[in-house]
Amino acid sequence: MIRFIVRRLLQMVGVVLILSLLVFLWLRSLPGGTVSAMLGERATPERRAALEKALGLDQPIWVQYWEFLKRALTGQFGSSTGVQPGTDAFQVFLTRFPATIELAFFALVIAVALGIPLGYLAARRRGSIFDNLSIVGSLIGIAVPVFFLAFLLKYWFAIKLHWLPVSGRQDPDINATRVTGFFVLDGLLTREYDASWDAIKHLILPSLALATIPFAVIFRITRASVLEVLDEDYVRTAESKGLTNKVIRGRHVLRNALLPVVTTIGLQTGGLLVGAVLTERVFSYAGLGEALAIAFERRDYAVLQVCILMAAVTFVIVNLLVDIAYAVIDPRVRTR
Amino acid sequence: MKFTRKAAPVAATAALALTLAACAQSDRSSGSSSNSGGGDVKDTITFGAAGAPELFDPFYATDGETFRVTRQMMEGLVGIKPGTADIQPELATSWESSSDGKEWTFKLRDGVKFWDGEPFNAAAVCYNFERMFDQNEVAAGGPAGYWADVMGSFKSDAANALYQGCTPKDDMTAVIKISRPTSKFPTALSLDSFSMQSPKALKDGDANNVTKQGEGFGYPAYSKNPVGTGPYKLDKFDEANKTVTLVRNDDYWGEKAKTAKLVFKIIPDESTRRQELEAGSIDGYDLPNPADWKGLKDQGNNVLIRPAFNILYMGLNPQKNPKLKDLKVRQALYYALNRDQLVKTQLPEGATVATQFMPDTVAGYNKSLKPYEYNPEKAKQLLKEAGAEGMTLLFAYPSEVSRPYMPDPQKIYEALRGDLEAVGIKVQVNTKPWNGGYLDTVDNGGYDAWLLGWTGDYNSADNFIGTFFANLKANDFHTSATSYGAQLSKDLDAADSIVDEGQRNAAYEKVNQQIMEQDLPGLAISHSPPALVVSEKVKGLVPSPLTAETFSTVTVQK
Repeated sequence: MIRFIVRRLLQMVGVVLILSLLVFLWLRSLPGGTVSAMLGERATPERRAALEKALGLDQPIWVQYWEFLKRALTGQFGSSTGVQPGTDAFQVFLTRFPATIELAFFALVIAVALGIPLGYLAARRRGSIFDNLSIVGSLIGIAVPVFFLAFLLKYWFAIKLHWLPVSGRQDPDINATRVTGFFVLDGLLTREYDASWDAIKHLILPSLALATIPFAVIFRITRASVLEVLDEDYVRTAESKGLTNKVIRGRHVLRNALLPVVTTIGLQTGGLLVGAVLTERVFSYAGLGEALAIAFERRDYAVLQVCILMAAVTFVIVNLLVDIAYAVIDPRVRTR
Repeated sequence: MKFTRKAAPVAATAALALTLAACAQSDRSSGSSSNSGGGDVKDTITFGAAGAPELFDPFYATDGETFRVTRQMMEGLVGIKPGTADIQPELATSWESSSDGKEWTFKLRDGVKFWDGEPFNAAAVCYNFERMFDQNEVAAGGPAGYWADVMGSFKSDAANALYQGCTPKDDMTAVIKISRPTSKFPTALSLDSFSMQSPKALKDGDANNVTKQGEGFGYPAYSKNPVGTGPYKLDKFDEANKTVTLVRNDDYWGEKAKTAKLVFKIIPDESTRRQELEAGSIDGYDLPNPADWKGLKDQGNNVLIRPAFNILYMGLNPQKNPKLKDLKVRQALYYALNRDQLVKTQLPEGATVATQFMPDTVAGYNKSLKPYEYNPEKAKQLLKEAGAEGMTLLFAYPSEVSRPYMPDPQKIYEALRGDLEAVGIKVQVNTKPWNGGYLDTVDNGGYDAWLLGWTGDYNSADNFIGTFFANLKANDFHTSATSYGAQLSKDLDAADSIVDEGQRNAAYEKVNQQIMEQDLPGLAISHSPPALVVSEKVKGLVPSPLTAETFSTVTVQK
């Protein structure tokens, strides 16, 4: 098991190196650039040249890449030029990452907490009104664009009903203490429970919007998987052995049906990071996704590089965790 | 066995939580009273900003989001009269120049202190100017942009700098020497970048230590912890929650801020800003989309329209398309445009047709100039005379951008393009994202004609037509390729150096006439007023053409 994990982590280093080169080349092949973003209409050829020189962008591209690698190895990724100018890009990442994790975690909890039980029930009552309604619901979840859903949610719950805030992560009046950067956790740790509660209120709408697609996918996979397992011989055997319904459901049906679901959850986590770009933008939620969107507009190379690379690292780690979860759920994987 | 396997992670998590809880302490002051303001006004103003401030030392900033914040905290020798683009005394109570316009004497305001208790005096003024002048190579190449624009160069190249030194004549009088008379003085000193900051804090915070960090700039500690003289001071910038909080400076020399706390909430998405206002969680925001103005007003908000201080123009490049070298062709293009229609249908309320390359708020504006009328017949006639009937024109506009002078580039473009095609010009359509090749292509001279504009920084003709045409070697209009370019550049420099204000303005008026009637390097299209919107409960916010609003006079009713 440990050898397996180590091997996967080593592979990750290779992936990150190759990706860093690709991202680097890609960013620099884009039209426009940091200099245009910084100067706007006050760009003159002279100012452009001076700024390019000051930023080192006049160097040949391999020199720039080599400089970047050297810095990256010492943990310095260079200053942001657009998202939070003057702050090291890795620091920007560290500030934003907890926000996205918090959002993705809430979204995933919603998706799993609703998707698995509903999928299971729909399968058990196949063909019922409940089943059909759930399927229609999950289709809507996939089909409605996030920005539209976000608009509706904000319109009803924030503007009309005043139940929840429109955007952001926390009311600035709360004056909360920051410890880990996870606002909900920070409030619990410092016993500023109002701060936690306020952060949760800010999380509800964006995580609902973000959860729709993973919910729909998890729901459908669970339903299909449970249906398949219900037809298996071992379930019939268990029933004929006279085992209680509880044992059959828990040990035989759910446990076997969950394997593909867990894989799906792992894959959906990557999807969550992608979905977060749009969701965070429309909810003005200060996470990685919003940072990426701003960084792209302003050609903030340092932040784009760090965020894309770290997203890749996160993705690899999540997949590793999924594989470990496999081993826990399915003893056969462990022995292999 | 089974017990330990399940219990171990739980125990570990619990232990971790306990450890974290042990080191986590609430920083809250016990008597936190955020909404205890007496009377019927709130003690906090919350304003929706579109972007994060870059840093809090305005000297290294060039963007409006930073200046909106630092303007509340810092003041310069020269201030701006609320609601206008004109200057007024601020930290200097009066000033006068020598007869040759090269020596400026500033009488300073008595009894002003920086927040750190340091006195504001002539020594502090000169320390500030010397600090701005003495920049390292990195800062000079990038962040110290306004100094580079106004003063030309830095201490390392002192001979070419406009700034020649500052001496304290007595405790409350500072004398600044410049290399030549210029219309920039003293107006340019109203720029936020040239605000006065505490010498002690600048020194302690190593304020000039700008470094290159990768492809960006690293700023010293001072930039997060500035010290000025203004009505508000920085409380905190919560990067994780994207809010900047300022608190009232109770030792302020002038009228104290009416509201104790000023919060800027950073909301990059425009429609989200609008929703925040509708939900009542912010009291106002900047640059509402002109398409929303009516709706916002209908909901009871106040849309505060700023006097226009900008220009939208169609740039023309005679180097790229030699037909444009003929004045008749350029005039024909101008006569072809139905700008009255454009202003009425595509631009925000209050927009006007331009008669010259500057708005009427700028000194040197020529009132007698009339706009080129819409006359397609005349346009066709002129094209015929020039032998340019049916000419092709590579005309471009930017996508993915909205500027105050150009809220919706595509719509403006479509209207202008239709007008040009109506007189027989074959328009080759081209568009690129603003920062995805458009600006680069304009600078590299890749288009025959294009849409661009300018928002002024301070009230001087030089900041408009000087920026456009004075630099003969490199300007977007490629005037070096024309017969009149060199003379125009000379005339602009000559006007800029006239010491007497009346004579100078007269000279600029003449240059404006010459530009519009004889040279016509490009087509000045329109001026569009940008706006801000506040809820009906907000009182006392005066819209500024320079977007230099101050919040110290603002109250918000409960």
